Amino acid sequence: MAEKFLLEIVTPKRLLFSEEVETVTVPGVDGEFGVLMEHTPLITPLKPGELSYVSEGGEVTSLAISTGYAEVLPDKTTILVSSAFTADEIDVSVAAEELSSAEEALSSAEKDSVEATRLENAVDLAKAKIAVTEKVKH
Amino acid sequence: MATLKDIQRRIKSVKNTQQITKAMKMVSAAKLRRAQEEIVAARPYADKISDIVASLSENVKHVTHPLLNKGKTGKVELIILTSDRGLCGGFNSNILRAAERFINENPELEVSVNTIGRRSVDYFKRRTYNVTGQRPLGTKRPEYSLAETVGREVIDNYTNDISDETYIIYGEFISAMTQETVVKKLLPVVTEDEEKESEEKSAMDGGFLFEPDEEGVLDSLLPKYVEVQIFRAILESSASEHGARMTAMESASRNASDMIDKLTLIYNRARQAAITKELMEIIGGAEALKG
Repeated sequence: MAEKFLLEIVTPKRLLFSEEVETVTVPGVDGEFGVLMEHTPLITPLKPGELSYVSEGGEVTSLAISTGYAEVLPDKTTILVSSAFTADEIDVSVAAEELSSAEEALSSAEKDSVEATRLENAVDLAKAKIAVTEKVKH
Repeated sequence: MATLKDIQRRIKSVKNTQQITKAMKMVSAAKLRRAQEEIVAARPYADKISDIVASLSENVKHVTHPLLNKGKTGKVELIILTSDRGLCGGFNSNILRAAERFINENPELEVSVNTIGRRSVDYFKRRTYNVTGQRPLGTKRPEYSLAETVGREVIDNYTNDISDETYIIYGEFISAMTQETVVKKLLPVVTEDEEKESEEKSAMDGGFLFEPDEEGVLDSLLPKYVEVQIFRAILESSASEHGARMTAMESASRNASDMIDKLTLIYNRARQAAITKELMEIIGGAEALKG
């Protein structure tokens, strides 16, 4: 059995999650990475996407997160994000709308501008939201 | 001498006022509960990001980042947070007074003010200050996007040499009865307790890994840190405002009660006097007829 460590997901509005997990997969800016117990201390920004963790007993849960940071310590991982959504908080049709409107705005936005980055993030977040809800259905 | 009618009218008017202050107290109590929940929920995030910034600045002593150290002073931007509405005791005037004191105590600094909340907007509009921002709060609960906009604005001003330091003045929520006016330095980013840090450092000797690299992490983390501190201040201020208003309205209701009691006493005395006078007149008249 894998050893457990503490995972905390914190947003400005609430402490969303604080429990022991076996492993967590996080969307870092340099690519997705997995964290197990005794990971080297690490600080990295996150990009919007899907975060999934395996809780005790092997159950997998996914969340959609927006931009933020991960602080990884050997026995504790802290995820700081500006917003996070669990599967049952997401309305697929609203997420799809968000996705199409963000994509549309992105196509007309100036490349590499602050606005474009913001819209790209919005697109990624909307995609992650849809992906998270689809996982629950199957 | 006030007639009975006059006194009655005053009692009625005080009673009306009391009804309003009582209602406002109840509303504030409800709003306070929500604001308090929000600030309690937001504190872990703000604390965590401070922790991360603290451990970062420990690990990157060799890296100099403009937001950490500018090596220049002279121009200061003050973010002043008040409420939109009044009738909350000394809450707003305490903050505005603290801002004035800060400006008067540092005459060598060139101060510009970034006002949030209608009270501070109006206050500084009428005076000869350099105002960089005016934002009323609105009736809805404060949103994170407000902190984001203000954060971006002050960082822009800082990097474009419009300001060299940024401070924020707000009322920190201690309890419903007490608020503490806080003047806090936002930029350049200073970590709160140097001594505590060095202790922590020995405990975490391994050092951190940064992805992609230290500068990259600092570039995105420091602006975030500033935003979060502003957001926390906004929430603290909102909870303080409702607490202050609740306390103010409670004492206003109590004062109204006292005044009603006093007026009722005067009214009764006057009524008694009038009755006595009338009796005396009747008796006097009867005596005269007898004679």
